Amino acid sequence: MATANVNEQKPNIPDNGSKKMNPSLPAILSVFIWGLGQVVNKQFLKGLFFFAIQLLVVVVEVATGHYSKADLSEGFYLRENGGFFIKGFWGLVTLGTQPRTMGITGLTEGDHSIVLLINGIIALIFISVLIGIYYWNIKDAYKVRRTLNETNFVQTSREYLRDLWDGMFEFIVLIPSMVMLTLISLMPIIFGVLIAFTDYNKFHLPPTKLVSWVGFENFVNLFSLPIWTHTFTGVFTWTFVWAILSTVTCFFGGLFMAVVVNSNRVKGKKFWRTIFILPWAIPSMISLLVFKTLFNGQFGPISQFLVDIGLTAERIGWFTDSNHPNIARATIIVINLWLGFPYFMALMTGVMTSLDKEIYEAAKIDGATRSQEFWKITFPLVLAATAPLLIMSFATNFNNFNVIYFLTEGGPANPNYQFAGSTDILITWIYKLTLDNRMYNMASVMSILIFLIIGSISAWNFTRTKQFKEEEF
Amino acid sequence: MSTNIKMNKKSFNFGSALLTSLTYILLVLVAIVVLFPIIWIVGSSFGESTGLASATPIPKNPTIEHYKELFEKTKFSLWYWNTLKIALLNMVISVFLSTSAAYVFSRFKFKGKKFGMVAILVLQMFPSFMGMIAIYILFLNFGLLNNHLGLVLVYAAGQIPFNTWLIKGYLGAVPKALDESAMIDGATKTQIFFKIILPLSKPILTFVALTQFMAPWMDFILPRLLISSNEKKTLAIGLFELIKGQTNQNFTMFAAGAVLVAVPITILYVWLQKYIIQGVTAGANKG
Repeated sequence: MATANVNEQKPNIPDNGSKKMNPSLPAILSVFIWGLGQVVNKQFLKGLFFFAIQLLVVVVEVATGHYSKADLSEGFYLRENGGFFIKGFWGLVTLGTQPRTMGITGLTEGDHSIVLLINGIIALIFISVLIGIYYWNIKDAYKVRRTLNETNFVQTSREYLRDLWDGMFEFIVLIPSMVMLTLISLMPIIFGVLIAFTDYNKFHLPPTKLVSWVGFENFVNLFSLPIWTHTFTGVFTWTFVWAILSTVTCFFGGLFMAVVVNSNRVKGKKFWRTIFILPWAIPSMISLLVFKTLFNGQFGPISQFLVDIGLTAERIGWFTDSNHPNIARATIIVINLWLGFPYFMALMTGVMTSLDKEIYEAAKIDGATRSQEFWKITFPLVLAATAPLLIMSFATNFNNFNVIYFLTEGGPANPNYQFAGSTDILITWIYKLTLDNRMYNMASVMSILIFLIIGSISAWNFTRTKQFKEEEF
Repeated sequence: MSTNIKMNKKSFNFGSALLTSLTYILLVLVAIVVLFPIIWIVGSSFGESTGLASATPIPKNPTIEHYKELFEKTKFSLWYWNTLKIALLNMVISVFLSTSAAYVFSRFKFKGKKFGMVAILVLQMFPSFMGMIAIYILFLNFGLLNNHLGLVLVYAAGQIPFNTWLIKGYLGAVPKALDESAMIDGATKTQIFFKIILPLSKPILTFVALTQFMAPWMDFILPRLLISSNEKKTLAIGLFELIKGQTNQNFTMFAAGAVLVAVPITILYVWLQKYIIQGVTAGANKG
């Protein structure tokens, strides 16, 4: 025959009797009852799985809510009757409508805005996951039916699960990490971002006060109220300057020491390197606290020493002199140099030993001087190799809480600043705002701004790395 | 002509000798600067008086009085044990989480991989304070406050992005051909992970294990937030409180504590510095 029947050209698969069904039918069935489509496709275990999830959602909602006849007698109110999901969503939007008040017998019942907010975020995250499963449920019903129509082949649930394990091995392995990241990293970040749009601070502390959404008001305030703007620009400038100076001094300090120790004149390289790596090996918190006491203005030995040998008339308050805040700033940078140069020194040493010696020999033949060798060969190569780390170091120093807080706690005090001292960087200011002054919303605003700045720098840095470029997406 | 050469040789020697001595002088100076704070704190911990004002680097009458004081007057040994527990737990959990995640990202293509990698990158940029309150309330709801496990969970979660990226970069240098031949021989993905990938990643795993072991010793903010009872405090909090405010009084106890904390970690660091430097340069080369 001229036109062969398509059916006759198919391999001899026994017809299991399923009629050809429009694939949309199981899909639509699954829309209403999860797993129903799968059952129609004769995949019972899968259908049960999806149905179980849908049941779980309903059970959780009803169990955590108040849906009994008595509760609903006065009508359905989101606040009173809603369960984990519905009330969670309501809480997110309204942040509560009734604060707890101080009555004769103690605190009355009421809404805790922040707890509502967090529960709302968690509910939202769960809802997103469930929507994903819901969609999978529908799509699967459709696809399986379509395959069924074409090949008359139904995969048993068991085989499906085995294929699933193999195909989803990646996801399954990633699940613990993803769960932890979502709950412990992602949720708090969403929370932090949202707080910046509320008025959550010491004047609006739950549970006796409600927190409300204020939109961009905090951001506007930051840039329009003089004292906030002044503090912000001052602290931000110093943060930037600090990050640059600390990174650059440690970089060149480390490079310098690496070159010196590496030179042919020096015997016992390992001995010197071990000594110089000590500041890095000692836990920085300890070193910082030690320096804090060393440079103590009242009792510290360095101030005492300078007075004893007659260099200064009275003890210098390294970290406490409000009239000369730059003394504190310079001291911090010097101390940070002590802490940071070993890291770069070790890095440079490693890079330099991996450099090709032949380049140097060729340069010598061409008559290059030592200085030229360094500046034209060594330095550019080392810089190229360590550039990503340099940028990472900048980002780390930008947020270097420990150094600032342990040495000076942000001081010396600055009366012109709102809650900040002269050596405060953005992150320590945020810490003070949060823990000491409970201005949570402003702290969150600052955090968002920090993220935008450091985030873009780090993202740009990351895209320049080899891993990113070589990745086959 | 021979005189010329002789003269050149002489001046060359003199200049060279000068440079060498200068180099050594520089090295010694830097060594002094590096060692001074260390000697000072060690010396102070053995000194006789208790105040900061009378502390000297080389004690006149060395005594271990302050070390005894430290153990008697504060819960130092308890803090030490607490921090050690947390450090070990963190080390094990972190290595497990990051290595398995890195394996998956390095070896497989799957839906959402690109999203996952970008998400990992983005997540590490946020300053942790923003989430502090949220974590506090979250843990409050789950009863994880004042609980070492809660602390470990936050540490382990926090290191996932960076270390996954680091290990993944390292795995990039492990040839995929090994995986493929193993798969032809019938190995499952799990077997490949444990029998091939893990052994080959020892250097980078050592680095991650080491950094994750050391991190809790130095962390201040998180324990300050999540731990409230004296029995569960970590070393960072305990030591900081010793010199906050009453710097003069408790200084020598602090010195003793500082020495006891710094010595083991420093030894660990110096002993394993090969791995640490490897790990750090891996970030540069393969990064």
